[in-house]
Amino acid sequence: MTYSYYKNMQLNNIIFVYQGEVTADLVSSILQMMENKLEGDGEDKKIKKKVFNVMVECLQNVYHHLDTLEVGANTDSDINDRTALLMIGKEEKDYYVITGNHIINSRITNLRDRLEKVNNCDKNELKALYQTILNDGELSEKGTAGLGMIDIARKSGQKLGYDFHPVNDKYSFFSLEAKVARV
Amino acid sequence: MRNLILEPTPKTPKVILNSDINVFEVSGRSIPEDSVGFYRKILDWVDEYAKSPNPKTNFRFQLEYFNTSSSKCLLDLFRKLEKLHKGGHDVVITWSYDADDEDMEETGEDYKALLEVPFDLVSI
Repeated sequence: MTYSYYKNMQLNNIIFVYQGEVTADLVSSILQMMENKLEGDGEDKKIKKKVFNVMVECLQNVYHHLDTLEVGANTDSDINDRTALLMIGKEEKDYYVITGNHIINSRITNLRDRLEKVNNCDKNELKALYQTILNDGELSEKGTAGLGMIDIARKSGQKLGYDFHPVNDKYSFFSLEAKVARV
Repeated sequence: MRNLILEPTPKTPKVILNSDINVFEVSGRSIPEDSVGFYRKILDWVDEYAKSPNPKTNFRFQLEYFNTSSSKCLLDLFRKLEKLHKGGHDVVITWSYDADDEDMEETGEDYKALLEVPFDLVSI
């Protein structure tokens, strides 16, 4: 059993995987651990910074999402909407950060539109979009400015991968994948 | 007025706001989950300072990382400095970045494009 987990993680180039509730302290610990890992691996300074930035945005994005859920709003005992999946991997050409969490189905359309918009922008369009939202967008109470996805796409320099896996009438499982090239 | 000195933490920058010696600096990393809470202290300080500012204010930023929720707070801070400048005071924002950090240079350019206050980009 343990060996198959190990082989599976190795085959998929997974450095780190976590499933459970996401607290601010947990995010800090993961960032610190990954920063040490990147340092220890002697990764190029520029790549290291980009990976770190993308990790910060991806992990905090999930943290803020879970943090804004209303207590008691989830009446579906089969689903723990407060837990998430966090994964970080290192392939031959890229680092990748994958997050997964449940979202209410009614939110899918809006989120998918935003992701499609970001993925359809080239470098200059992303810069313009970033400036527009930075200048016009009001901060939500938690300090999220709606800039996260755009920033991840800018730092990544690649299209964001995403999926909405239907779970039941109320929930889907949303996953987001961001890559940072190692060269 | 009282100085605002904040020691750096793994998620928040070092802050030195000392009008007696004319030093205004924010440096390090700014990646707190609650950026609004963290920056409120700085914004409040600048509001107070703006009531009787020094003849020349050079506000220096040297950030290694910042998250997107800090980016909005930084703009709010720059807006206050812009207002001070437009009120006829001598204000300069200095944005220093690591010479090979293109992302930090680019974000500096983003801010500069949005602001009407002297904004110096300095590669170090």
